[in-house]
Amino acid sequence: MRGPTSRARRGAAAGGTAGRTSRTSAPDRSMYRRERPVPMRSCPAALYNNLSVLPLPAPGLTQFALVHGPTAQLLSAAPDGLPVSQRQLHTKDGAGPGFPLITQAYWCVLPFRVLLVLTSQRGIQIYESDGSVMVYWHALDSTDASPVQALFARGIAASGHYICVGTWSGRVLVFDVPAKGPNIVLSEELDVHQAPITDIAAEPAQGQDCVADVVTADDSGLLCVWKSGPEFKLLTRISGFGTPCPSVQLWQGSVAAGYGDGQIRIYEASSGALHVQINAHARGICALDLAPEAGKLLSGAEDSFVHIWKLSRNPHSGCIEVEHCHAECVTDTQVCGARFCDLRGSSFAVTGYDLAEILRYSCV
Amino acid sequence: MSVRTLPLLFLNLGGEMLYILDQRLRAQNVPTDKARKDEWTEVDRKRVMNDLISTMFNKKFLEELFKPQELYSKKALRTVYDRLAHASIMRLNPASMDKLFDLMTMAFKYQVLLCPRPKDILLITFNHLDAIKNFVRDSPDIMNQVDETFRHIIEVYGCLPAGEFQLIRQTLLLFFQDMHIRVSIFLKDKVQNSNGRFVLPISGPVPWGTKVPGLIRMFNNKGEEVKRMEFKHGGQYVRAESEGSFELSGDRVLTLGTNMYSASRPVETRVSGALKNSSLNTKDNIAARTLAKEELNFLARLMGGMEIKKTSGPEPGFRLNLFTTDEEEEHAALTRPEELSYQVINIQAAQDQQRNEELTRIMGEFEIHDQPQQSTSKGDDLLAMMDEL
Repeated sequence: MRGPTSRARRGAAAGGTAGRTSRTSAPDRSMYRRERPVPMRSCPAALYNNLSVLPLPAPGLTQFALVHGPTAQLLSAAPDGLPVSQRQLHTKDGAGPGFPLITQAYWCVLPFRVLLVLTSQRGIQIYESDGSVMVYWHALDSTDASPVQALFARGIAASGHYICVGTWSGRVLVFDVPAKGPNIVLSEELDVHQAPITDIAAEPAQGQDCVADVVTADDSGLLCVWKSGPEFKLLTRISGFGTPCPSVQLWQGSVAAGYGDGQIRIYEASSGALHVQINAHARGICALDLAPEAGKLLSGAEDSFVHIWKLSRNPHSGCIEVEHCHAECVTDTQVCGARFCDLRGSSFAVTGYDLAEILRYSCV
Repeated sequence: MSVRTLPLLFLNLGGEMLYILDQRLRAQNVPTDKARKDEWTEVDRKRVMNDLISTMFNKKFLEELFKPQELYSKKALRTVYDRLAHASIMRLNPASMDKLFDLMTMAFKYQVLLCPRPKDILLITFNHLDAIKNFVRDSPDIMNQVDETFRHIIEVYGCLPAGEFQLIRQTLLLFFQDMHIRVSIFLKDKVQNSNGRFVLPISGPVPWGTKVPGLIRMFNNKGEEVKRMEFKHGGQYVRAESEGSFELSGDRVLTLGTNMYSASRPVETRVSGALKNSSLNTKDNIAARTLAKEELNFLARLMGGMEIKKTSGPEPGFRLNLFTTDEEEEHAALTRPEELSYQVINIQAAQDQQRNEELTRIMGEFEIHDQPQQSTSKGDDLLAMMDEL
C-alpha cells in the first residue's frame, strides 16, 4: 500500500530524484501527526543524544529528561502536553573554574529498578528515577589528562544489572548495581577506545546464538561490540575511519550507527559485516533511538530532519534490510535529541537547539 | 567544554566587530578638507582600524588567549571587547557598545549554526582573517602580526580530528544559548525569523564529505550490494562542488564570515522581549550578576597583555554612534531590558604605579563569587597575578 510520502511541515519540496535505480518496494508508511508540545523554561544544549524518555505507570504520563548546560531538567507531561511536574538537577560542585556542564541525562532500566544517570565534566551522578535522591557519585579521574584535553563523562547504557558510562579518554566504566540501595560498585574499566566515547547501547541477549549485547561508540567512529558480564568480553571492532559516531543502537544482533557525515550504517554485531548504508541526513546525526517491538529506528540530525526507518531480517539471507517510513522536518531547528515514547514506536519526541519546547508526534 | 575554543571565539567576534565599526566609520565619513574638529575623516578611520587590529593581534595578548582554558561568560568577554574598542581614539557610549556586542554575537552565532561541517569553523575564521589583512594592507608591521596568528591557527587547529571540532562547535553553541536578539539586516534578508531564531535552509550543497541524502544500499555477508532503494528525504540538496582552502591564502568557498555590511545598509538591532518563563533560580542569578574570581583573573591576564595607547595631549576622543541619531542612542540606553544588561566593568589595566590602587578599588566595587574548593596553585590573589606579568 502506497501512501503520501511525508508530512513535512513547511517548504519541503517533493525533491526531484533523477532516475530511480532498481526497484522501490511498497513501503510501510506510518503517518505521524504533531501533538501538543511540552513547554520548557529554557532551551536544550546542542549536545548529542539530548533527550531521554521514561513512560510512567500512570496512564499516558511520560517523563522527559534533557540537559541545558549546568543543569538538567526533568519534566513529566500528560498526553495533552500540559506539564504535570518538573525538577532541575545540577552538577555536583567540584573543584575548578566556572559552572561544570552536564553532558547527558539518561534513564537506565534495570531488572529491579530504574535509575537516572547524569554525566558531567566532573563525574557521574546516579539518582532514583524521579531525581529526588542521589544514590551514587563517581568523580572522574583526571590524572592522565593533558592540558589540551576536555574532561567529561558521556555515553550511558544499562545492560542487565550493569550500568556502562563512557569518558573523555575512551575508557568505559562498568558499574554493578544491586537490586536496591546505594551500594553501587565500579566493577570494571574497559580500555579499548582511544577517542572520547560518544554513546553506548545495550539490549537483552537474544538467545544462545546472539551473544553481543553492548556496543560502545567514540569520536573517531570506532564501534566496539561486547558481551556483558562480570568480565566484559570484546567481540568485534568496527572502524569509522575518522568520522565521529555520535549515536548507536543495538537490535537483534545488529548495530545501527549514526555518523557525523549524515550516514546511518547497520552492521552484523558478531562479525562486523556491513549490511546497510543509508545516506540519511545532510548534516551530522545527533540522535538515534529504537522501538524494539516493531524494529523501528528513529534518526535526528542537525539538518532539522527526523526520519523513521523499519528494520527487518531477510528470512533467506539472514541479513538486515531497511525501509524508509517517515520524514519529519522540524523547521529551522537543529535536532539534538529524539526518542520513541513507547516500545512499538507509535509516538516519539524531539528536542532542538534554540527550541523551548519538547515536540511530540504520534501515529494516526 | 573544549579548552581550545576561546581563540576562535575571540578572533571571529573581533572580525565582526571590525566589519561593523568600519561600516559605521565610513557612514559617518567626511572629506578631510571639509571636516570639522569633531567629525570623522578617512585618515581617522584608517587610524582607528589600525589601532584596533594592532591591539587585537598583540603577541602577549594572543599568548594568553591561546592557552588551553574553558570559555568565560558573555560578561567577561564583553569587558575585553569594551577595552579593545577603546584602544583607539574612538569612544563608544554604553548603549552603542551594547548594540555592537549584540550584533557581533548574533552574527557569529548565525555563522556557527549554519556552518556545514564542524571543521568549516576554520574557514569562517580564515574569512575574517583575510578581511582583517585587507584592512591593514598598507601597514606591513600589523600585517605581519596577523600573518603570524594565521600561521599559529593553522598549526594548532589544522590537524584536529572531526570529533574535536564538533566539541568546539558544541562549546560555542553553549556560549550562544538563549540569545535571540533580532537583527534588522538578518530579518530583511530572511535569514532570521521574527522570533529571533535563524532560518535553517534545507536545500543547497551538502557539506564536503557528506553524500546527498536519499539512497539506501543493502549488502550480503560477502559484501556484495544486493539491493538499492531511494527514499524522499524532504530536502533539496545537491553535491558539494569543492572544499575550501585551509592554507594561508586561497579560495575559502564558504561565504560565512565575509563582510555582510556595506555603507548603504544601516545596522539596526531590536532587542528581543523577555522570555516568558525566564525566572532563573538563585544559583543562576548569582552567576548572572557577578564575575567569578577566575574570570577576574582571566581578564587581568588578558588585559595585562593589551598595550593601551593613552590619548595624550589635546587630542580629543572621537565619539562613534552605532545608532542613527544621538536621541536614538539615549533612548536605547534607557529602554534596554534588565536581563540583557551587560553591566560592564571598567578595568583600566594601565601599566603604571597607579595600577595596584586602581585594581584594589575595582575589587572592592563588585561581588566576588567564591568557588568552594578553590585550589591554590594558580594564585588566587588578583594583585599578585598582575605583579607576575
